[in-house]
Amino acid sequence: MADLDTRSEVRPPGPLAPYLAVIRSRLRAQRSYRTSFVLDLLGSFFVGLTEFGEVAVIFHNVTILGGLDFHAILLLFGLSNLAFSLGDMIFGHIDQIPTYVRAGTLEAFYLRPQPILAQLMVSDIQLRRLTRAGVALVALVAGLVLNDIHWGAAAIGLLALSLVSGVAIFGGLFVWAGALQFRLINGAEVTNSFTYGGSYASAQPASVFPTALKLTFGYLVPVVFTAYLPTLRLLGLPGPAGLPSWLAWFTPVAAVWVWVVALVLWRDGTRHYQSGGG
Amino acid sequence: MTELVIEVAGLTRTFRKKAGGLLRRTRTDVVAVDDLTFTVEAGAAVGYIGANGAGKSTTIKMLCGILVPTAGSVRTCGLDPVRRRRELARHIGVVFGQRSQLWWDLPLHESFSILAAIHQIPRAEGLSRTARLVEQLEMGDTLDTPVRQLSLGQRMRGEIAAALLHRPRLLVLDEPTIGLDVLSKQRLREFLVAERAEQGTTLLLTTHDMGDVERLCDRVLVVDHGRLAYDGSLPGLAATVGARRVLVVDLAEPGPDLVGLPGATHLGSEGRGLRQRLAFDAEHTTAAALLAEVSARAEVRDLSIEEPDIEDVVRRIYSATR
Repeated sequence: MADLDTRSEVRPPGPLAPYLAVIRSRLRAQRSYRTSFVLDLLGSFFVGLTEFGEVAVIFHNVTILGGLDFHAILLLFGLSNLAFSLGDMIFGHIDQIPTYVRAGTLEAFYLRPQPILAQLMVSDIQLRRLTRAGVALVALVAGLVLNDIHWGAAAIGLLALSLVSGVAIFGGLFVWAGALQFRLINGAEVTNSFTYGGSYASAQPASVFPTALKLTFGYLVPVVFTAYLPTLRLLGLPGPAGLPSWLAWFTPVAAVWVWVVALVLWRDGTRHYQSGGG
Repeated sequence: MTELVIEVAGLTRTFRKKAGGLLRRTRTDVVAVDDLTFTVEAGAAVGYIGANGAGKSTTIKMLCGILVPTAGSVRTCGLDPVRRRRELARHIGVVFGQRSQLWWDLPLHESFSILAAIHQIPRAEGLSRTARLVEQLEMGDTLDTPVRQLSLGQRMRGEIAAALLHRPRLLVLDEPTIGLDVLSKQRLREFLVAERAEQGTTLLLTTHDMGDVERLCDRVLVVDHGRLAYDGSLPGLAATVGARRVLVVDLAEPGPDLVGLPGATHLGSEGRGLRQRLAFDAEHTTAAALLAEVSARAEVRDLSIEEPDIEDVVRRIYSATR
């Protein structure tokens, strides 16, 4: 690298250098298999379109769902899917723990001087998911333009806060999933219920949920914070019983809750790692 | 007093096996490592041997902080491997023969530069260390090859270089020569001897190959069913269990049994004496001396030497100590 001066030749690299080196190598590897990368991009794009098609089909038959019209749903869908696809891009492979165990990759992570979770995170960032995020972004921008939003610092702040926290919430849920799979064999069925299930639930107007689901996705697996509550708040709607829209400002609290649980589960999981044979 | 690189006391690990359906569920605890106590001094080279499933890999994984012990204590380089795993990772290098720490989809040299970054080695030092390892392990022509296309021998050299890049104080090799041809084994052993002489690295090695132990280790630990069955020198082990090498000679013509050769025992003959098997142990004679004795009596056309089988050694220790 030409921009390196002589000091960096002899100085130890900084604390981020290990992660950057791995990320750079992953991006290089993904690019070097160009055809498969392009196909992956296309596949992920169609996943995004299909998700959106589902919403569109529903609104072909009804005009209002759970108190939201199609324009509002665009906003809900955009927020939910953008947060999920970015969270999935950065953390989605963590729920593949059994694969890492079988391949022996996980043991290699134990032998390196960085936190295992951080190593896992950067080990397989999936750029192909960017196209799904692109579909979501288009829906979000359309939703923001078509709806009558009272634009101001508050609205912009809320939007930014929701997106960042939303990515963190979905990312944290993938960590739950990965951590639980240290203990569960073939646990993917269970963990998919709150990762992919959570993503699905987050794109629905939660007012149509029965109370149990409202509480589950409102407070336990708090995915309504990623899109539904911010959408209500941006549109100036009050929200259903049990989920008042002012809660939208507490999206970071939901993200912190998800991550506290995630880290506790993760620590427990790595300590109970049984390892493969050898 | 010499510094201890490994301190293990009462180390035990059990695995819980679940069997049966949802209703009649039985749980059995399988003891993989059972009350192990030993220490390894800095600079030592220790062969850790035992049959498959004896608990070798489990012990190693506890030494590195991968597995949490069920009972007992373990300190590696003076650190608790589980609590201070990240710090320990800077002091140890580990190769699991069946697992890879290289990036399979990248050229070999990229794995080295990523690992140098992972260990935060200054760029110049990383480059010179890599160049030295590449030269010593003769990997120059494989550096641009993606790891998935390397032969087993080439990959194993890559793995060992990767484990040594950050100059660890302790090198742990789990079955490093498994599946390698004779020449690759020989080169790997020569490299390890040279590397240890230069860096003073402590070595812990598990293997099924007595040749590895003989050429690389000055101390042997034998583990059997999770318990320590022997701790001492290799000649001592041979003396305990009578682990002898066997010289097999093919003679030009059938002849009488070669009995009464000094330091050797005639084990048997085939084809009216065309092929004869002679057991000898390293304390009393050498293969060369024995061959000279045989040649004095008959014309030798071909020969081979059978190393004592580890499974066999362990079995004999087990029956000798019970």
